[in-house]
Amino acid sequence: MKFVISMLINPAVLESLTEEEMAAIGDGHSRFIAELKESGELIATQALVDPSQAAVVSVRNGQPVVTDGPYLESKEYLGGFYLLDVEDRARAIELAARIPDAAVEGLGVEVRQVMFADGVVEA
Amino acid sequence: MPQVLGALVRRYGRFDGCEDAVQEAGLAASVQWPVAGVPANPRGWLTTVAARRLIDQVRSERARRERESLPPEPPVDVPDTDDTLLLLLLCCHPALTAASQTALTLRAVGGLSTAEIARAFLVPEATMAARISRAKQRIRAAGSSFPPPVGAQREQRLRVVLHVLYLIFNEGYTASSGESLHRAELAAEAIRLARMVHRRLPDDGEVTGLLALMLLTHARRAARTTDGGDLVPLPEQDRSRWDASLITEGLALARASLGAPALGPYQLQAAIAATHADAASAAQTDWRQVYALYLILERIAPNPMVTVNRAVALAEVAGPAAGLALLAGLDGDERMRGHHRLLSVRGHLLEKAGQRAQAYAHYRDAARATASLAERRYLRSRAARLRPC
Repeated sequence: MKFVISMLINPAVLESLTEEEMAAIGDGHSRFIAELKESGELIATQALVDPSQAAVVSVRNGQPVVTDGPYLESKEYLGGFYLLDVEDRARAIELAARIPDAAVEGLGVEVRQVMFADGVVEA
Repeated sequence: MPQVLGALVRRYGRFDGCEDAVQEAGLAASVQWPVAGVPANPRGWLTTVAARRLIDQVRSERARRERESLPPEPPVDVPDTDDTLLLLLLCCHPALTAASQTALTLRAVGGLSTAEIARAFLVPEATMAARISRAKQRIRAAGSSFPPPVGAQREQRLRVVLHVLYLIFNEGYTASSGESLHRAELAAEAIRLARMVHRRLPDDGEVTGLLALMLLTHARRAARTTDGGDLVPLPEQDRSRWDASLITEGLALARASLGAPALGPYQLQAAIAATHADAASAAQTDWRQVYALYLILERIAPNPMVTVNRAVALAEVAGPAAGLALLAGLDGDERMRGHHRLLSVRGHLLEKAGQRAQAYAHYRDAARATASLAERRYLRSRAARLRPC
């Protein structure tokens, strides 16, 4: 079963972290990735640029209109994701709980099953 | 090739090394046979060559590591026995997850390449390669478990083998978007392996039951989807499109399996599939029998999904209200909360009971909850027919 674990970032929370805490998160991700590669459960992980770099594209009367992002009026934005292939939902949740972000007060990760997939994704 | 691998693993353990050696022997055969002709006993030839490669490998390892004495020469007269079942039992080692057991079984026993298995499961080849190599490491760490399991342990392991074959079959049978060809091959591979186990153990009721269940289910394949890939539920399937020869074979096996001394879940599921296959039309289905079989199944292998299926049968026998009452008992079950199957069956029974608005809401929620696109399309179409104006 394929799942996407989305890392929902709140920039205010992120900025409040100390350098050590940030480094610990980085190390936690490296270890997490190494373990998932060994177990064969990692398909891909990608981190996204800051939402201030995002553009929202909409087409009106056949003309594309580009505005600054992020798209939604919410504090949290998608910082990146893991695409995993795991035994079941329980395992996906177990793994999500080990992502360092999940342990940070004010941050969380979201787990959703993949419904349709196409194209080749290489880690 | 699986037989060759099985023979080697049985004699020498060392799953990893044996696999490499067999691959090298296969390579040697592909070079030599077209020139020198195929030997009289191809399997024996392959086993001998693979055994020599393995010994070479062990030798060079040892020379490097310890510079010690050489292992004895392997006996050249290889008995032509089929060790595939043993290999299957090894692949289904309890130290592995079901996903790894499945991958390793397809690789070692099914002879599929890592790329083919990765395609069938829609994951990158690198992911599948990591999973298979990890599985082999774990088997080695667990002590390779050869000599093969005996007595109660063997019996237990055989149940795992059947479960893995069932998982492979379901992966191939479940309608999915794209890549459908590979999936069909997976179902066919599961049937091939189940046939093989059945040849070795013809008196095991569950082995026979599983094979019967696969054949009876596979027989409906052509009728299960429209040309556009939409699901066709069992009552609406054109039964003339069912594969008659698979049905005949499956029915005979299902009957034979019920004669076994012990009764297990595959035998009962095969019996249920056989009852459906026996009916000339959906209307002529013997729902009383289906209901009774689900009742027994629920007793020996309780599972909320079985209860849901029993409710469908009960509704056919005693009306939709009885079915809905049975489903109400599942409301406290955490495993079924928001489950699309419970929602869609409830929608179906509510529709039969004439409660259109409620049925609509349930179909709509079920469509939202499913992870299958084909099923979502189907449930949306059911909902659309009941949409309140």
